[in-house]
Amino acid sequence: MKVAAKTANEAMAEAMRQINPDVVAAYPITPSTEIVQIFSQFVADGLVDTEFVPVESEHSAASACTGAAAAGARVMTATASQGLALMNEVLFVTAGLRLPMVICEIARTLSAPINIHCDHSDTMDQRDTGWLQFYAEDSQEAYDLVIQAMKISEEAFLPVMVSADAFILSHSLQRIEMLDDKDVQSFIGKHKTPFSILNTDKPITVGPLDLQDYYFEHKRSEAEAMREAGKVIKKVFGDFGKKFGRKYKLVEGYRMKDAKRAVVLMGSTAGTAKEVVDSLREDGEKVGLVKVCAFRPWPTEEINRALKNVDYLGVMDRAEGMSGFGAPLFTEIRSSLYDENKKPDTYGYVYGLGGRDVKIEDIKKVFDDLKKVESGKKLDRNNYLGVRE
Amino acid sequence: MAKKKEGWKELPIGAIIVEPGSSEKFKTGDWREGKKPVVDKNKCTNCMICWISCPDSAIIVKDGEMKGFNLDYCKGCGICSTQCPVSAIEMVDEEKE
Repeated sequence: MKVAAKTANEAMAEAMRQINPDVVAAYPITPSTEIVQIFSQFVADGLVDTEFVPVESEHSAASACTGAAAAGARVMTATASQGLALMNEVLFVTAGLRLPMVICEIARTLSAPINIHCDHSDTMDQRDTGWLQFYAEDSQEAYDLVIQAMKISEEAFLPVMVSADAFILSHSLQRIEMLDDKDVQSFIGKHKTPFSILNTDKPITVGPLDLQDYYFEHKRSEAEAMREAGKVIKKVFGDFGKKFGRKYKLVEGYRMKDAKRAVVLMGSTAGTAKEVVDSLREDGEKVGLVKVCAFRPWPTEEINRALKNVDYLGVMDRAEGMSGFGAPLFTEIRSSLYDENKKPDTYGYVYGLGGRDVKIEDIKKVFDDLKKVESGKKLDRNNYLGVRE
Repeated sequence: MAKKKEGWKELPIGAIIVEPGSSEKFKTGDWREGKKPVVDKNKCTNCMICWISCPDSAIIVKDGEMKGFNLDYCKGCGICSTQCPVSAIEMVDEEKE
């Protein structure tokens, strides 16, 4: 083990080096450019055996990676925002073909208006692609999740994107504990592939036309793989915790044991929210935080268990979703809780769009609002935090 | 032909086809809409223009002689009939045969 100062970009590039994938095809985009820039240096320095393909677009990056995965290669790439949006068409193909692949993703706002800073609109846009989605709170999590994602992807036969918040994580230097190269290799193990088009002893057809008589069955089977992926994640997170001491969960509860008011959110804001929870706890308030690490597959059971004793809940979304109703995390949470007999009174808060800072006072306001609801005040079901009226 | 189709649990992962050459099992002949080719062997010169023109390899040839049509794969496009230099192939209504 080695302690190092790494931004999330650097940490994810190091994770890629230690994974040593067979193929990386990538195209630069702010703020994830650095990941593949650093990685291409590793390639040039001979530190990895990777075939690095500098393609002409993210659509091509995803296509080249998907093709290489179908040929039996261990593949990775990195992207953000518009780049991820441009990959969209191909992401469905990777998942539909049940190919393992990992994207190191930096969560950046989508145009328009153009903006390079953090929110989750880019990954939320991809939530129906059939990719697993993990959200990191800090550099350490970004690093650890990428390593675990590779193994999960190859055991679930589904692709995974690991998301770290733009600039807040991608460009902020933090202390991380890095594993030894050989430990990463022994943890991820030998590359597993569901099939290979290069195996001439056993010729197969990949991506044939699949019409009314079979398409539905194939999608049903993919949906089942997504449901089963939760078990795979838990197993791999468990193995990682046992081996290296850092324990990951689909859903992390922070001071939730007797919490009556709680906030749910994803990504780097969890760090700030923990500060708020600690300070309110010092004042004797029964508050807590639930951080969703795995957004796909959606961890219904874990969410409901974490929230079963909560009376008032604020769900903080760093994406609007533009449904005309509630933001993505809010609607998932409310839908999950629907069948519970006892469920919290749940309110939505859209925050931090386009990299708008979310401060201690902002998160404190959510807890204050929930307290006012408790004392009978009416609150809008969906709210905007930190926007100018 | 009336084989029971597999349920979702029985199908190979990722919609791959694990058996090579399986397109032979896809009988595209049922795409024909009413007309099928019929050859008049009194006119036919075995020039093989129908054989080279057929997009579905549905012309049956044996020992250098044009023997008719494989209706399992003939989609009834009529190219053979149009291309035949001696007008030996006619498209006829299937019901009337």
